[in-house]
Amino acid sequence: MAPEVIFKKPDSLREKIFPYCPGCGHGVIQRLMCEVIDELGIRENTIAIAPVGCAVCGYDYWDVDVSEAAHGRAPAVATGIKRVHPDKTVIVYQGDGDLASIGMAETIHAANRGENFTVIFVNNTNYGMTGGQMAPTTLLNQVTTTSPCGRSAHGDGFPIRMAELIATLPACQFSARTTVADVNGILKTKKYIKKGIKLQNEGGGYSFIEILSNCGTNWAMPAVKANEYIVENIVKVFPLGIYKDTTQEKGEA
Amino acid sequence: MANKQLIKGNIALAEGALQAGCRYYFGYPITPQNEICEFMALKMPQSDGVFVQAESEVAAINMVMGAAAAGARVMTTTSSPGFSLMQEGVSYIAAAHLPCVLANVQRGGPGLGNIAPGQADYFQAVKGGGHGDYHLIVLAPASPQEMFDFTFLAFDLADKYRTPVLILSDGIVGQMAENVEIKDSLKPETISKPWALTGARGREANVIRSLWLNETGVEENNFRLQDKYKIIIEKEVRFEEYMTDDADIVFIAYGLSSRITRGIVDKARKQNIRAGMLRPITLYPFPYDKIKDLVSRQCKALFVVEMSAGQMLEDVKLANEGRAPVYFDGTLGGRMPSEEKILPQLKTIKLS
Repeated sequence: MAPEVIFKKPDSLREKIFPYCPGCGHGVIQRLMCEVIDELGIRENTIAIAPVGCAVCGYDYWDVDVSEAAHGRAPAVATGIKRVHPDKTVIVYQGDGDLASIGMAETIHAANRGENFTVIFVNNTNYGMTGGQMAPTTLLNQVTTTSPCGRSAHGDGFPIRMAELIATLPACQFSARTTVADVNGILKTKKYIKKGIKLQNEGGGYSFIEILSNCGTNWAMPAVKANEYIVENIVKVFPLGIYKDTTQEKGEA
Repeated sequence: MANKQLIKGNIALAEGALQAGCRYYFGYPITPQNEICEFMALKMPQSDGVFVQAESEVAAINMVMGAAAAGARVMTTTSSPGFSLMQEGVSYIAAAHLPCVLANVQRGGPGLGNIAPGQADYFQAVKGGGHGDYHLIVLAPASPQEMFDFTFLAFDLADKYRTPVLILSDGIVGQMAENVEIKDSLKPETISKPWALTGARGREANVIRSLWLNETGVEENNFRLQDKYKIIIEKEVRFEEYMTDDADIVFIAYGLSSRITRGIVDKARKQNIRAGMLRPITLYPFPYDKIKDLVSRQCKALFVVEMSAGQMLEDVKLANEGRAPVYFDGTLGGRMPSEEKILPQLKTIKLS
């Protein structure tokens, strides 16, 4: 009798090696996304938007129809796609410079219109691919290549809490923040992605999942230490939890 | 019986889009083209279509990109400052070989300018507009009827060549009302789009992209674009000739300027000046060969009339290759060409 397979690469993830730095959260998050696509049986019904930045070549790894989008414009491109194909699952994958800086208008307005798609937002507190510049999510005093003396509230402003901000919009159905820095967080991340996509497929509306992820290379930390840094420090600025869930009342983290 | 309606150019453009099977419109209000947005807001839902008022022109053009990637006939319209904002998206759409129709109902510029008619966005329209080596097919209507006809045509051209097509109009052609025949028997061409994003059911996944990080990918995509433009130049040049057969002096004007210039030609003829007009209908591809042909035969002088400081003038000079003297009348900042100003100049032109 053949042994039972209890763990394997998701079918919707291509046979290709991720290009990400060792320990980077992108690979974990994209695996989770593809596991959910497999488990819901929607690979042939999904259209994803690849972001700019480190995950720009998402289509090299995700075996689904994909469009690129310009920096910040993924929610607008997704709006066009979803309005043409309301029966398809549309997944928007963006980082923090993309979503919370140059694409803030597109992000807020897509959420405010209640576009029926799911946004996976990877927050690693900096612009990763361009070499670790300050993002809207960069912590106060965090040193980046464009905040060499640390981010200052005076002049640079404060880290923007997107999950909380999006949750204030009446058309948003689900907004949560999670992390892939530990096992518990990884399990929750998958649960929230699945919840958002199921909500979409039931015609439920806009869902937003913010995921705290490490950028060990630009933070100049080994991956394990970078993940510890998220759990011990970053969550104090970006608390984990569900900020909006119209299917239930506000739940625990 | 022909369905004729007294309607504004802007409404005629919107009717042309509906007739062409466009059921997705994304727009942002800006004068002098608001009638299009308002018409689409009303008509799209009645036609099982979608109207979305975008949060900006930047968002509108990217919604267009999404709908085009999804395989739909889609349009956005704007006026000069808004078209500047759209350039980022237009570059991506052109690079990704996506078909869509755009309209710029030009106003006075630069900057916020005014809401009078303009033709000063010519360079932006015909030379690319955004970053990178690309072109749009650019159609220049001179009447509400042509706003209908050219918009209908634009969708077929866009699908055929997988390229954005621009209707380059202006505030007067958009706002003027004339009798327009709504040709409701016209049928849009149906072109299959196997490249579109529809969910990878029973096929390899499709990807809409303009990024290649390997050494040759972007170069290869540029070659694909340039090959396409070669075919467009070969097959799609359109123009109208008015009394050019025996003309000593040939005016070159497009859109609104061509309407005024037509009157100048008529008056010149009454004064026994053999004038004519060449009206480019496609500004890209530009009728270089036709102009070269005119100045190689009987034509002794060219006279460019446009509402800019001399943008199409440069293309006319390129086509002329120094053969005939080129005269120019340009009006700036939303002013229109004046018959009274141009007509007397003709007598001073030596046609030897």
